Amino acid sequence: MQMNHFALLVRTVAAWLVTLLLVFPLIWLVLTSFKTELQAIAVPPRLFFTPTLESFREVNLRSDYLHHAANSVVTSFVSTFIGLAIAAPAAYSMAFFRTRRTRDILMWMLSTKMMPAVGALVPVYVMAQTAGLLDSRTALIVVFTLSNLPIMVWMLYSGFKDIPPDILEAARMDGASIWGEFTQVIRPLAMGTLASTGLLCLVLAWNEAFWSLNLSSAKAGTLAALIASYSSPEGLFWAKLSAASLLAIAPIVVVGWFSQKQLVQGLTFGAVK
Amino acid sequence: MSFLELRGVEKHFGSLKAIKGIDLAVEKGEFVVFVGPSGCGKSTLLRMIAGLTEIDAGSLRLDGRDITRLASSKRDLAMVFQSYALYPHMSVADNMSFALRLANVDKAVIREKVRRAAEILNLSQYLERTPKELSGGQRQRVAIGRAIVRAPKVFLFDEPLSNLDAALRGQTRVEIAKLHRELGATTIYVTHDQVEAMTLADRVVVLRDGAIEQVGSPLELYDRPANQFVAQFIGTPQMNIVDSAALPALRDAAGVDGASDGFIGVRPENVLVRPAGSGRLAGHVELVESLGADTLIYANVGDGGATARTVQLVARQNERTALQPGDAVGLDIVPASFHLFDRQGRVVSARAA
Repeated sequence: MQMNHFALLVRTVAAWLVTLLLVFPLIWLVLTSFKTELQAIAVPPRLFFTPTLESFREVNLRSDYLHHAANSVVTSFVSTFIGLAIAAPAAYSMAFFRTRRTRDILMWMLSTKMMPAVGALVPVYVMAQTAGLLDSRTALIVVFTLSNLPIMVWMLYSGFKDIPPDILEAARMDGASIWGEFTQVIRPLAMGTLASTGLLCLVLAWNEAFWSLNLSSAKAGTLAALIASYSSPEGLFWAKLSAASLLAIAPIVVVGWFSQKQLVQGLTFGAVK
Repeated sequence: MSFLELRGVEKHFGSLKAIKGIDLAVEKGEFVVFVGPSGCGKSTLLRMIAGLTEIDAGSLRLDGRDITRLASSKRDLAMVFQSYALYPHMSVADNMSFALRLANVDKAVIREKVRRAAEILNLSQYLERTPKELSGGQRQRVAIGRAIVRAPKVFLFDEPLSNLDAALRGQTRVEIAKLHRELGATTIYVTHDQVEAMTLADRVVVLRDGAIEQVGSPLELYDRPANQFVAQFIGTPQMNIVDSAALPALRDAAGVDGASDGFIGVRPENVLVRPAGSGRLAGHVELVESLGADTLIYANVGDGGATARTVQLVARQNERTALQPGDAVGLDIVPASFHLFDRQGRVVSARAA
């Protein structure tokens, strides 16, 4: 019993330390965004100061936050919905009509995620350019959808696999079409999986920086592109960079906070059972 | 033309023929049971009728219409699964009304049909519960209820009782028989349990290795098995089957006339135990199983020393016995009760029923 208490204590302390380590940059970001540029680079760093909204004002004046935010919202939501619409039928077929190749196809899909994105940069860029889609939301939506598709198929596949196939056969015997099977039986039973898959892909698309930096600028630039615009050319302005970053991540942090249950469930699916 | 007709129906798995050209006709209102050892293809055959497994060759006709390639959802058949396969997210009432709701049947009609089915199956007070709040037997009844509210052309049952305990199994078996008597619905029922086959069926189809061994009423199969496999599969304990060369004395005891080379089969109830010294065969008791109403006596019978071989015969009687293992006994065979099989296991002659 003594040993157990001690082990529990050690584990709790360790968990808190790790959490602090992970959250520290975020806390620092929040603090810095409320400082002036001078306070931001002060050595030693100041923990206590009079907060100011100066940086936020600057950011708002210099760039159009709402425009970038709208780009982020549109690209991440649309790519998530299109992705779900493609991934759900694929996962349905792989989970309930397995063939000898099903496993291979799943592995192949996942393997595309192993390749560094930069490897596909030139061809994708040229394709976007040829199609006249550079700096357009359409290009970002297509790329976000495709790059998230393997993960979506995998998550939905492992969620669907937990539904006993007998139940779908019973629905078929009861006269359900494939659409009826999906809406009446699979959707209610796999609601958790569908929600967590959607949420995860929403977060991934929102946070996506590589493709949005390379394929978009002023017109279709997402919040990730907005943050990046505060770094290099005129040197680093820590307070303004932090303020822009905070504005960019705030929405998704809020969404993530309220849906953490679904997210965790989705990511550990199959592992706990 | 019969109500449901299978003609040369086949299923291939790669190069393996799992179902080898089944011909079968089922009449309207008939209760047909598919029975056979595991792996004989009985469930596959049922799933092919259901449309859940594709038919690779042959044709299937229902009510005058070719349904070989028709989707399950359009066949108008209802199936009760071994696992019950209830919709876990729906109440009992919703489970039972699912098919009717998909078919856009009027709400009042649905309510009435569900109410009546629930009454028949004793589920009236559980209509609002979900499947996980029910016992195994209740779930089983919901699965049956889901089938009967639809009044389908044919009921398909896939080993519906194998997940229930023995007492409930017997009770549900009686209920299914009663239900069939009341509804008169055409039914195909798959089981590996020959007691279910014997008690429920109008006709039994015995399957082995994807082919039909024999089709007949339960007593026809019992009294006139077409071959050694059916003879041994139907009836507990199994029919005694003895190589006629192994025990020449049995031929005389059973009254087999003429020279025939093959196997002699005798049902345990036709082996009569006599006091030692009497009877046409002599042997020793190996084991006595007292079941209460029945007593099974396993006796080793030798051929009087000509060879060292002994043959075990099982006798079944409804009187109790004081015999102990090791006791000497005499045995007689009820006259003309034998079955004769050739070396391939086909019946040569059987007693008149």
